[in-house]
Amino acid sequence: MALLEFDDVSITYHSRGVDVPAVRGVTLSVAAGETLGIAGESGCGKSTLTSTVLRMQPKSATVTGEVRLNGRNVLTLPWGQVRALRWAEASMVFQGAMHALNPVQRVGDQLAEPLVLHNRVSASKAAVRVSELLEMVGLPARSARVYPHQLSGGQKQRVMIAMALACEPQLIVADEPTTALDVMVQAQVLDVLQGLVRELGVGLVFISHDLSVLSTTCDRIAVMYAGRVVEEGPAADVFDHPQHPYATALAGAFPRVGDTRYRYAPSGLPGDPPFPGDLPVGCPFHPRCPGAMDECRMAEPPLLQIGDRRSACLRVHSTGERS
Amino acid sequence: MSLDERRPAALEARGLEVAFRGRGGGGTAWAVDGVDLALGHGEIVALVGESGCGKTTLARALLGLQRPASGQVLVDGAPLGYRGKELKAYRRRAQLVLQDPTGALNPRHTVYEAVAEGLRVHGIVQDEEARVAEALSLAGLRPPERFYLRYPHELSGGQRQRVVIAGALVLKPDVIVADEPVSSLDASVRGEILALLLRLRDELGLSLLVVTHDLGLAWNIADRVAVMYLGRIVEQGPTEELLTHPRHPYTRALLSVVPEMQRLEPVVLAGEPPDPTNIPTGCRFHPRCPVVASGEAARLGIEERCRTGELEILTVSPQHTSACHLAINEGM
Repeated sequence: MALLEFDDVSITYHSRGVDVPAVRGVTLSVAAGETLGIAGESGCGKSTLTSTVLRMQPKSATVTGEVRLNGRNVLTLPWGQVRALRWAEASMVFQGAMHALNPVQRVGDQLAEPLVLHNRVSASKAAVRVSELLEMVGLPARSARVYPHQLSGGQKQRVMIAMALACEPQLIVADEPTTALDVMVQAQVLDVLQGLVRELGVGLVFISHDLSVLSTTCDRIAVMYAGRVVEEGPAADVFDHPQHPYATALAGAFPRVGDTRYRYAPSGLPGDPPFPGDLPVGCPFHPRCPGAMDECRMAEPPLLQIGDRRSACLRVHSTGERS
Repeated sequence: MSLDERRPAALEARGLEVAFRGRGGGGTAWAVDGVDLALGHGEIVALVGESGCGKTTLARALLGLQRPASGQVLVDGAPLGYRGKELKAYRRRAQLVLQDPTGALNPRHTVYEAVAEGLRVHGIVQDEEARVAEALSLAGLRPPERFYLRYPHELSGGQRQRVVIAGALVLKPDVIVADEPVSSLDASVRGEILALLLRLRDELGLSLLVVTHDLGLAWNIADRVAVMYLGRIVEQGPTEELLTHPRHPYTRALLSVVPEMQRLEPVVLAGEPPDPTNIPTGCRFHPRCPVVASGEAARLGIEERCRTGELEILTVSPQHTSACHLAINEGM
């Protein structure tokens, strides 16, 4: 049994009388000790999808399908059990974590809060655990005494990771954990996350729009576009040999330094992602697709499994059938 | 389009130092500590380094937004004056593009007002509409009339950044300084904006200084790269040479942690860049330098110099310089 399973999950927001389908039929799973990367640009539904793991989607959203954590559907659990699993079974490292810390509370007190609430440990035991957690993410134990403004961006991000680890969850969802950080600090944070997966066997869901970061940290990558998974497969394959044209564009956006094909040739994708409330007919990617065919404008291609990869592109399907 | 010896650089820093006085008895922070950097006409230079290395302060000083403690900013070979009139005239020639277009645009101003603002500030009343239309088209917003009355919230992130770029172009500057121009944009939009910057250089002959921590961006568009560490340029040279054969251990470490560079053994430097109020003696990188830490510097007999010897900027090849004692050993 996988640790986390999204089973045909769809999420619809209701805004001013209009239905906005943010996520449409996503099926994905993560095992313990495995890292799943979810890539896609703003508005593709990746954060909306993962918010359901802790049942944090807005009240106004309608969710169908199942989100199973250790086999239990989080969407239908009684609230008391949802509260119990938050932080203890699954936790989240939020995007822009530097703003998620309370500026007027010492770092150590913020780290101790989930311990006191969930594990009901004493203050002195919590203090010991806080030091352990800080060391785990490469910060000195004395950092517990400081306020967030005394830390740099990378240090604050590590505090957030430490917080997510506090109750020893089996699953961590990291939403763009390194986006605002520069390369060296990003490398430090990625090291910490990879170490946790390796040493503690946690399952990690890593959300980013940077396919190159995902390819170095993840076992598998799912690329989302307009609320759906359009490509999924082993990380290195998806990055080095993307099949779906959108995945190809994402992979080319972050060039390999030294690759002469990208010298003076930044590669981008014309146009903007579609508004989820007003998707084009057919494949939602066809207006931006360099290889769009007539069939692409007719019906949305299904996500088909070919070998150990899945792809929602008619061109990929036809070459896959031939081979 | 490299630096031309015969023509003065479009923009140049010579021995530039910028200091911020600490509050409440805190030491003075030397954010920029002796920088020599030239931007040729029609040249794209990427200024790279970690957060806090002083690259944004250097950019601000080059634009006249920050008075240097010492040293000079030269515009076309002439020192920049800091009187109100001189600065205002300079700002028609040199424009700034910021990282976050959402923050840079007034949410209550239409696209037209945002782009025309520069013209109004400088009292250019003739052909306002034609100038705005031209700037918007140059920035890739076509047909321009369709965008006049739009508000920033009606635009995508990429379009907003194009509006900011149009606002910079409307005054027909010679130089644009772009501070992390694509880091807040989506992956698919990023390439489009970088292609736009390249096109502006090719078509208008603009000189561009791009401040970034993204070496992939430098590889995409820059003619030359300058690597900054703790207030000083530690290595600079032509992009191909510097990024494929870096000489300074800091540049090597930076390159090794770029996720796409999987063939390199990652050298993850511990800690954050050190404190500019307390710059180490000798080579300012030595406390974090992997060459010193591994004992290789000691074997080569340069460790003592790394720790205490004041460092000159050394020439690796005519256009490639590196501030590292190792460069002499290897270069000679």
